[in-house]
Amino acid sequence: MAEDIKVIVFKLGTEEYGIEVDKVQTIERMMPITRVPKTYSFIKGVINLRGVVIPVIDLRGRFGIEEAEHTDQTRIIIVAVNEMEVGFIVDSANDVIDLNQDAIDTPPDVVGGIKAKYLDGVAKIGEDRLLIMLNLSEVLNKNEIVQLESLEG
Amino acid sequence: MDMNQYLSMFIDESNDHLQSLNESMMGLEANPEDLSIVQVIFRSAHTLKGMAATMGFEDLASLTHQMENVLDLVRNNKLRMQDFIFDTLFKSLDALESMVEDITGGGEGKADVSAIVASLQAIVRGEIPTAAGAAAASAAAPAAEAPVFLDEFQYSVLEQSLQEGHKVLYVDVAIRKDCQLKAVRAYMVFDLLERSGEVVKSFPSVQDIEQEKFDHSFSLYYITQKEASEIQAMILNLSEIDKVTAVALDQESLRQMGQDTVAATAEAPAPVKEAAPVSNASPASAAHAKEDAGKPAPARTGGAPSRTIRVDIERLDVLMNLFSELLIDRVRLEQLASEVQNTDLTETVEHMGRVSGDLQNIVMKLRMVPVDTVFNRFPRMVRDLAKSLDKKIDLIVTGAETELDRTVIDEIGDPLVHLLRNAVDHGVEGIQDRLAAGKSDTGTVNLRAFHSGNHVFIEIEDDGAGINPQKILQSAIKKGILSQEQASSYSDDEAIQLLFAPGFSTAEVISDVSGRGVGLDVVKSKITSLGGNVVVYSTQGKGTNFSVQLPLTLSIIAAMLVRLGTEKYAIPLSSIVETGIVKQTQIRSIHGNKMVEFRNSHIPLVSLSKIFSVPDYDESTEEETEIVVVRKGERLVALAVQDFIGQNEIVIKNLGKYLPEVQGISGATILGDGQVALIIDPNAFIK
Repeated sequence: MAEDIKVIVFKLGTEEYGIEVDKVQTIERMMPITRVPKTYSFIKGVINLRGVVIPVIDLRGRFGIEEAEHTDQTRIIIVAVNEMEVGFIVDSANDVIDLNQDAIDTPPDVVGGIKAKYLDGVAKIGEDRLLIMLNLSEVLNKNEIVQLESLEG
Repeated sequence: MDMNQYLSMFIDESNDHLQSLNESMMGLEANPEDLSIVQVIFRSAHTLKGMAATMGFEDLASLTHQMENVLDLVRNNKLRMQDFIFDTLFKSLDALESMVEDITGGGEGKADVSAIVASLQAIVRGEIPTAAGAAAASAAAPAAEAPVFLDEFQYSVLEQSLQEGHKVLYVDVAIRKDCQLKAVRAYMVFDLLERSGEVVKSFPSVQDIEQEKFDHSFSLYYITQKEASEIQAMILNLSEIDKVTAVALDQESLRQMGQDTVAATAEAPAPVKEAAPVSNASPASAAHAKEDAGKPAPARTGGAPSRTIRVDIERLDVLMNLFSELLIDRVRLEQLASEVQNTDLTETVEHMGRVSGDLQNIVMKLRMVPVDTVFNRFPRMVRDLAKSLDKKIDLIVTGAETELDRTVIDEIGDPLVHLLRNAVDHGVEGIQDRLAAGKSDTGTVNLRAFHSGNHVFIEIEDDGAGINPQKILQSAIKKGILSQEQASSYSDDEAIQLLFAPGFSTAEVISDVSGRGVGLDVVKSKITSLGGNVVVYSTQGKGTNFSVQLPLTLSIIAAMLVRLGTEKYAIPLSSIVETGIVKQTQIRSIHGNKMVEFRNSHIPLVSLSKIFSVPDYDESTEEETEIVVVRKGERLVALAVQDFIGQNEIVIKNLGKYLPEVQGISGATILGDGQVALIIDPNAFIK
């Protein structure tokens, strides 16, 4: 029996995603973002998080989903991976669940239009909830961003 | 005792001692008769040895010990300092330095110093007949090599054993040359001996023997009840033993072997009894130092007790971070107070402003380090360089106490090394050339540091041949950096600055030291990246002066805040020449580039709003545009902005690891209202 992990659950559109709780530093409400010129459109800019300047990414934009208006529910999830601190803008985040690692399956080839390499797996919770586990180091992979640039350029 | 907590102290102190050793040695070299300097050197070496031994760094301790032996002869007028002695001692210092470096890097400070040890021993042997020969003869020690030397503690143990009626044997064991596992054989000998007595001291040390660091034979002092012949027979019974001689010592022969050769081992509290692997086990170390054994290493050599404490730099960084938070809050409070218009509040905030201003000064000062920490390695470097180039050079250091922020100090070392090498190698002429030019045979290199305004200048000036601008121009043309016509329009001064052009070198023969011009572009870009500048002045026949300008600190800067639509940006004040307003009609278009007139010349006008695609501002719709003229070296550019907000001290923050390098942006800062403003890197707009 594998161990239970705690997972922060957040939403993009109708889909639910999960990030392991130990990679999440805080969850913040929307705050003023300073635009950084000459970067990718999904990089929304930088915020002042209690004196630390942190870049913020719109996760919808990162995954190529159409960006949405920010609402009361919109949250910035601050994660720390590979010594990088980054904020993710998500539609909402309001759940923490215990997940048994056995419940996570390898991701199917196509899930909701997001490339499979961004995913660690898919977990089934209860009868009809699917939780998509994010592979944070892929999401924040800078090499891929460089590639993206040359494609756009 | 947990040594780890003392390790950083040990490293710091060792570096201090090494530095003072280096300095004193240089002083002694200039003044070889001054025995008081030898005393200083000796004390420093002795302290270092004691510290190293206490910390268990045996290689370090034993090498220092050998140095001490030589120094002791010198201070007792038994040996005159000569060139090769200096060289050997300097080499020893280098070896010690690399050991300490190894320890700093988490290593054990081990190094193969046998060659240096051998030459140190040779120096000791060469000048003074060692007591070894006599002792060996009287003790009838069979081997030709000298007996093992004892420190005071070991000597007294042996002496006492004799008085108590034990036998003290000097045993020499040779293992057969074809023996495969000589360490194992040696171990068996020790094992056998330990059963019927005690080994007090062996050469090589037990540790070295265990690591097979010996040549088929070893000797030891042994306390037992058995007869010498008995022991001899016992050892011979082991297989693969070639020869054993065991000689019983009496008081007299022990004294002869021991007393003259009592080694100065301040580290004696180390576990001596188990045939101590401590430092002084070497065949011919005629140690004459008679320091008190077991004396604790003094913290500092002489002088008044230091009124400073060492602080972990990380703690200072934390303090700095916290302080920048405070600074941001202060500005925010000031804004709020000016909105609220409450006198009491305003006064309190003003007071807080003054206090935090003072606090800021102090925090900044805590991070200030004298440039001496960089300069101190230069005298030695110049000495070695001059020697290898066969030149005579005086290095004159002034202003070493000038202070710079540690962040700048950390970065400035390499560029300075480069410039100094350059001055020594190419600046100062060889002795013959100097005499031919009617100068004294000794060249002078001045290394100066001084404050001026908000900057620190470091100058490296030589009185050498100077730089020939024509040669530089020719070389630049040859390398395709300039066209013939361009070159003709260059003034001499401009030509000399070409030294900093990428890929430039005027050295006809590139020596192993440096080529004049080689890598100067790297020096320049390094200094520029620190927010500094470097220029060179040269007069042919008189010399060359490299002048490096550096900012006092890198973490807090004065900046001009500007507005572009709803966005705010900060422009470092250090690169701003002036601000102004230009009318739309004054903007000209030359080859499709916008230019404005500035002091009788035309400089490019850069539209920040276009480059940064600012959504809600475009200066071309306005009649008048505010401009900020910024400078990079000699070149100027005007940046068009919407409004000036004002001048402010800002704390530089980086944009984090995730963001790719953003063109034109060098960092971010947090404004009084909590908003993040980006810091503009003016250099990026000047090509």
